[in-house]
Amino acid sequence: MGGYLSALFCGTLFGLGLTLAQMTNPEKVLGFLDVAGHWDPSLALVMAGALTTLALMQHLARRRSAPVLASSFNEPKKARIDVRLLTGAALFGIGWGLSGICPGPAIAALSHGRIEIYVFTAAMFAGMGLFQRLHRP
Amino acid sequence: MENFTPHSALAGGGLIGLSAGLLWLFNGRVAGISGITGGLFSSRSRDIGWRLCFLAGLLLGPLIFRIVGDETASLHISPSLAVLSIAGLLVGYGTGLGNGCTSGHGICGLTRLSPRSVAATLTFMIVAAVTVYIVRHWPGAGSW
Repeated sequence: MGGYLSALFCGTLFGLGLTLAQMTNPEKVLGFLDVAGHWDPSLALVMAGALTTLALMQHLARRRSAPVLASSFNEPKKARIDVRLLTGAALFGIGWGLSGICPGPAIAALSHGRIEIYVFTAAMFAGMGLFQRLHRP
Repeated sequence: MENFTPHSALAGGGLIGLSAGLLWLFNGRVAGISGITGGLFSSRSRDIGWRLCFLAGLLLGPLIFRIVGDETASLHISPSLAVLSIAGLLVGYGTGLGNGCTSGHGICGLTRLSPRSVAATLTFMIVAAVTVYIVRHWPGAGSW
C-alpha cells in the first residue's frame, strides 16, 4: 500500500514538474530541438535541474541497502552498447523530432483533452505493444 | 532566445529530479516513463500496481497545476494527425527497443553515468535535432 501511495505521489510530482517547465507543450520542446531556428535552451535547464536534484537524492539512497518500501533496488542490469540500443534511440529520436512529444509529456498532457495528444498516445501505446509482441514472446 | 524560460525550467526540472529520487529511495524503481508504461504491455510483468499509480499521478499533476491556475500550461501542436500517429508509433517502438526515453536515459541514466544511457541520449538528441532541421529548414519541406 505504501509503495502504491509513494508511486502516486512521485507521478504527481513528475507531472507538476513537466507542466511547470512547459515540457508538456510540444512547441516548447521543438524550440529546443530546432537549433537552426529561434533556439530555446529551456529543455537543457530542465535536465540540469533534474540531474542535480536526482544526484543529491541518489547520494542519500547510497547509504541504504534497500529502498524504504521495497525489498531491493531495481538497478538496470544491461551494460553493453549495442545496435539494438542505438537503433531504438534513433527511431525514438525521429518520432520525438517529428512531434515534440516524448512518453512523459504525452501522458501528462492527456488531461488537456486534445485530439492530437490522444492520437499520439494511442499510437505510442500501439508501438509499445508491437515491441512487446515482436521482441518479448 | 525570446522564448527562454530559465526559472520555470530549472524549478520544473528540480521537481522531476525530486520525483525520480523519491521513487528510487522509496520504491527502488527507475523513473523512466517509457519503461513504466511499457511494462503494462508485458505479459510477464506482475508489478502492474505501482506502474498504474505512478501514471495516475502523472495525469493528476498537470490537472492540479491547472486548477491552481496558470495560463502557461497551454499546448501548441502544429504537426498533422497523420504525422503524430507515425511519430507516436516510432516513439513507442523505439523506446521499447532502446530501453528508455528522455526520462529513463536522459535523466536517470545520465545521473548514474551509465555508458548505455549516454550513448542513447546523444543518439536521440542528435537524431531529433536533425529531424526537426529537415522538417523545418530543408528546402521544399516544412509543409507539415
